[in-house]
Amino acid sequence: MRTRIPLALSALTAGLLSAGQAVADDPVELTMYYPVAVGGALTDVVDDLVEEFESGHPDIDVEAIYAGNYDDTRVRAMSAIEAGDTPQLSVLFSIDLYELLEQDAIVAFDDLVETDEEREWLDSFYPGLMENGQLDGKTYGIPFQRSTIVLYWNKDAFEAAGLDPDTPPENWEEMAEMAATVREASDGEQWGVMVPSTGYPYWMFQAFAFQNGHRLMSEDGTEVYFDDPAAVEALEYWVSLADEYDAMPDGTIEWGTLRQNFLEESTAMMWHTTGNLTAVRKEADFDFGVAMLPMKTQRGSPTGGGNFYVFKDASEEEQRAAMTFIRWMTAPERAAEWSIETGYMGVSPAAYETEALREYVNDFAPAAVARDQLDHATAELSTYQGGRVRRALDNAVQAALTGQMTPKEALEQAQQEAESALRRYAR
Amino acid sequence: MTLTAHRKMQLYGALLLLPAAVLLATFAYLPTVMTVINSLFLPGFRGEPAEFVGIENYQMLFDDPTFWQVARNNLLYALGTIPTSIALALGMALFVNGKLPGRGFVRMAYFTPTILPMIAAANIWMFFYAPQIGLFNSLLERLGFSGINWLGDPSVALGSVIVMSIWKEAGFFMIFYLAALQSLPPDLKEASDLEGTSRWSFFWRVTFPLLMPTTLFVLINALINAVRVVDHLFILTKGGPNNATNLLLYYVYENAFSFFDRTTAATITVVILLVLAVVATLKFTILDRRTHYQ
Repeated sequence: MRTRIPLALSALTAGLLSAGQAVADDPVELTMYYPVAVGGALTDVVDDLVEEFESGHPDIDVEAIYAGNYDDTRVRAMSAIEAGDTPQLSVLFSIDLYELLEQDAIVAFDDLVETDEEREWLDSFYPGLMENGQLDGKTYGIPFQRSTIVLYWNKDAFEAAGLDPDTPPENWEEMAEMAATVREASDGEQWGVMVPSTGYPYWMFQAFAFQNGHRLMSEDGTEVYFDDPAAVEALEYWVSLADEYDAMPDGTIEWGTLRQNFLEESTAMMWHTTGNLTAVRKEADFDFGVAMLPMKTQRGSPTGGGNFYVFKDASEEEQRAAMTFIRWMTAPERAAEWSIETGYMGVSPAAYETEALREYVNDFAPAAVARDQLDHATAELSTYQGGRVRRALDNAVQAALTGQMTPKEALEQAQQEAESALRRYAR
Repeated sequence: MTLTAHRKMQLYGALLLLPAAVLLATFAYLPTVMTVINSLFLPGFRGEPAEFVGIENYQMLFDDPTFWQVARNNLLYALGTIPTSIALALGMALFVNGKLPGRGFVRMAYFTPTILPMIAAANIWMFFYAPQIGLFNSLLERLGFSGINWLGDPSVALGSVIVMSIWKEAGFFMIFYLAALQSLPPDLKEASDLEGTSRWSFFWRVTFPLLMPTTLFVLINALINAVRVVDHLFILTKGGPNNATNLLLYYVYENAFSFFDRTTAATITVVILLVLAVVATLKFTILDRRTHYQ
């Protein structure tokens, strides 16, 4: 009894003290939605990061809510805004920019930064990753879980087929031939290459088109060029991998199960986001390599993935707190940690200069491929009416791959659909 | 005096109805009215006020070939899932209603698909259907057939979705049939045994007609489900390839949230509501009269 009274007293004083502190300095509460578009327990990684941030910043409270894939997350965020319960910040698709602007939902970071240090931070990212987040000279999206498409190849399968296991295909012709060689050598047991055509078919197609020297949209997002001969040729090549070379399965290939296909060695090569890299590394029980995508007239891949956005309805104090959080999350050490945990690229050159990521890349060279490919990257397909325009292109790619239309017919139809969706924006 | 008591009773009744009425008005009637209104306007571009366009949105919709494809898909989906899942449910219920060893286990096994969340079930089936590593194709290949791209080939994709839905629904409907079978009076069976009726004609003359109310209930549920299906498309096909598996509600979702086109979404919703209203009227006028209630 004697000991309990002082204990209770001190607990009471402590409680009073902290209560007094809380009144004086209420933590700013932030809500953030974020997506995961690759397999693996990435939500744990985010939760850990958020916890670490909170322990260093007792004045800011972050509630990070996993909201599905990129589309689901956009829906969650937009419905929350409509319900008057706007999150202060979110990670959304880097190509959601036009729609978010059209809904008048987000603010430019240029209007949020105050100090020179912050302005420097805004300039610290790879320019290639900033392209999708900028419009009319202002920055609205800060790169976070960013990727390019890379080529994963199974070295064991290459060796078994009599190919040099350390030489990935350089160009389209080589890829088709190597893939066909694997297919033949395995007696039809193993496919040569798989390029996913569900989920984000437009993204993969954009890579093919860009490798053929063709950009699919105008810089201001009001025009698309789907039916250009270079684009048609790109889709013809994609279709030919199955049709002519018999190196890729007929029909569409599922985005969600492709990694498993590769891990179970049912294909010797796959095109996939670099965001899958760490998961493949952990699970593959064969020797594999990662290379830049093959080229036709030039190397190329669109960038992809998610950016941080800050919402307009948040108070000034909340927006400042959101900035603090985003700066912390994108700081070189965290970007390095995130890259190592996932395979997504470090978003700034400084991230690759941290000891952690330098050592990791030294030890595991594939981790640098996505970054090196940035030199050959282009912005992801992003236009006004983006959902409808992408869907038109998705349908065209699938119609061609499943043999419902020729690549030319399919792309002409997509062009028509996209043009009618964009009519009001073409000035 | 009697009048005031009557009034009091009326007020009492009205108050009892009030909570339900408020909930229904807020979550059913108001959204319906708003949807109808939305379908008659074109939203303003960048902050401009919305413009009244009358039935123009409907004309646009009926000119949209994708809408017709989606409507046709949905009809095929309904025709593919409803009769089969009901017949299967009845068969399973008759089977587990009889005396067989391990009856509880079989009943549970039949019911398991129902308690799985749709998203989980779809994820399982996605790996069943996966062309190279999937269960179905490894079975086929072991039997010497070449595999099929179940979800990636437009000519079989919708069928694949239908098969999965039947798997999911039949167990659920079985429960209703099982309950109905167990509530049938046993003296009917005894009487028919005395008369020497064959099992076949007992089923068609006695059991099946007595199950009609259940069949009607199940039929309506199945119909609602056929229009309501949206979740497994997210996982399995996203409506692809090239809209081959796109269904009405998914198309509504796509318009509303992927294309941010609330107007088209509202217009399709109104069309669906009208069709369902017609079906409901048919049910009340025709089917009800032919159904024998106990």
